[in-house]
Amino acid sequence: MSISLNEVRHVARLARLELDETEILSFQGELNALLGHFADIQAIDSSGIEPISHAVAIQNVWSEDIPSQTLPRDRALRNAPVSRAGLFVVPVIIED
Amino acid sequence: MLTELTAVELASRIAKRELGCVEVTEAFLDRIDSLDSKLGCFLSVTRTEATEQAQFAQTLVDEGKGGPLTGVPIALKDNLSTDGIETTCASKILKGYVPPFDATVVSKLKQAGLPILGKANLDEFAMGTSTENSAFQVTRNPWDLARSPGGSSGGSAAAVAADLAPLSLGSDTGGSVRQPAALCGVVGFKPTYGRCSRYGLIAFGSSLDQIGPFGKTVEDVAVLSEAITGHDPMDGTSLKHSPILSADLKSGSLKGLKVALPKELFGDGTDPGVAAQIQAAIDVLAKEGAEFTEVSLPSVKFGVTTYYIIAPAEASSNLARFDGVRFGPRSDGKGHIGVVERTRSEGFGHEVKTRIMIGTYALSAGYYDAYYVRAQRVRAMMQQEFNRTFREFDVVLSPTSPVPAFKLGELHEDPMALKLLDYCTIPANMGGMPGISLNCGFTEGLPVGLQLMTAPLQDEKLLQIAFCVEQALPTATRRPSFS
Repeated sequence: MSISLNEVRHVARLARLELDETEILSFQGELNALLGHFADIQAIDSSGIEPISHAVAIQNVWSEDIPSQTLPRDRALRNAPVSRAGLFVVPVIIED
Repeated sequence: MLTELTAVELASRIAKRELGCVEVTEAFLDRIDSLDSKLGCFLSVTRTEATEQAQFAQTLVDEGKGGPLTGVPIALKDNLSTDGIETTCASKILKGYVPPFDATVVSKLKQAGLPILGKANLDEFAMGTSTENSAFQVTRNPWDLARSPGGSSGGSAAAVAADLAPLSLGSDTGGSVRQPAALCGVVGFKPTYGRCSRYGLIAFGSSLDQIGPFGKTVEDVAVLSEAITGHDPMDGTSLKHSPILSADLKSGSLKGLKVALPKELFGDGTDPGVAAQIQAAIDVLAKEGAEFTEVSLPSVKFGVTTYYIIAPAEASSNLARFDGVRFGPRSDGKGHIGVVERTRSEGFGHEVKTRIMIGTYALSAGYYDAYYVRAQRVRAMMQQEFNRTFREFDVVLSPTSPVPAFKLGELHEDPMALKLLDYCTIPANMGGMPGISLNCGFTEGLPVGLQLMTAPLQDEKLLQIAFCVEQALPTATRRPSFS
């Protein structure tokens, strides 16, 4: 499988990365080099093998429902690029 | 010289009042000040905080409340969150980020009285094996300043090798503790997945990431492991096991030890100098009574592919949080998506973008089954092969890295060249197994690392075996002479 320039643009959009045309070309080359290497697992017979997402099978980790101190608001906001009135200011989502 | 002592020796002299905690910490800070400009191990040095923490450590000692490492300073990889101290992941996107909390391991170190010297350099977001992907600086190998210390925890490894810190912490997603330990000639240990809390470790590949210690000796690493492991309710994948115990370290033996040598980890790609040193070590251990058998673990051949699908897939999801809203800089752009896209494009370096792109592709509609699910199946096969091996053998032995330290820039431009060198260390992350690298000699003046792995949760046994191996091998008296 190889990846087209349009697919690179599509994936960059999904990944929320702004790439210029030079970068799109360069990523096409790099991703195709990686995908070329990845061809080795396409031929393996893995029928009957259940895929695993984790080395350790842990399920349903619950914690007791006990009230505790959370991060104070001013500390949570300390790293915000823009904040106002104790809130994170997000970029405009709906234009008027 | 004080800075050449092991952590355990330092702690013992501190406990006997032969050395003061502030004196020890200042000795390392002064050495960093005079030598780190040559090496580039540290992104930040926290002299004020370290001195205060050393004073606190001294009060613990004075009140008889000191622990096994009280007063011994430590360096931290800069992807471990430190309350009030800038934590960058060596990325422009976190430049200026000051965490409002400590990682669990950092809290544990502070309580145990280990002063924190500073934050060590890494490949951006721990993605890389040469530390050349740092957005801020290059780290040099103390054994040859023209060469890489390995990575991604290159700053942590080089700091210990150069006596800038007696101990350090790194993180290991595909070998990022063990490989730089090998290339710098120190000991690096990745515990069983889940034995060390990941809370506050900035995530790369969450099903693979594990924090691990560096030290000059197996004993130093074992004692530090005891300080940082144990169950933590803040990490859902943290196992309900007690801390790793270093107490029985010296009660092991090599006699009758069943050692597997996977032929896939001793392939043609192994540098002849590395192969010779590993073989010499095997010969020494055989004389001590260890029994070696060549085995085959066929799916190990597919480790690099499996890793470079699964880790980027997880990373592409984990790194979605860097959107310029809650932390980090925000760039101007057109509309909401334009702002997010430009922030990320200006903030992330090339390798990080590559991995986000490949991970997003592998998870996208139409390719999910062909890449991500298939890689998960191969991961399951690899785990089953190792489980079968560990039913018959105590330990798996291999080189840690097929090559010694490579020249800076030498492999940096080829996107596959460095990645293909990770095959010895990847299986331990895939299977959650503990793995350790220790020095077993030199080739052309460069350190060679020997890797040992056991079944998951046998960390104590692995450390015991590593201690025996370290004792059996000829003592390395050589030190890097960069200064």
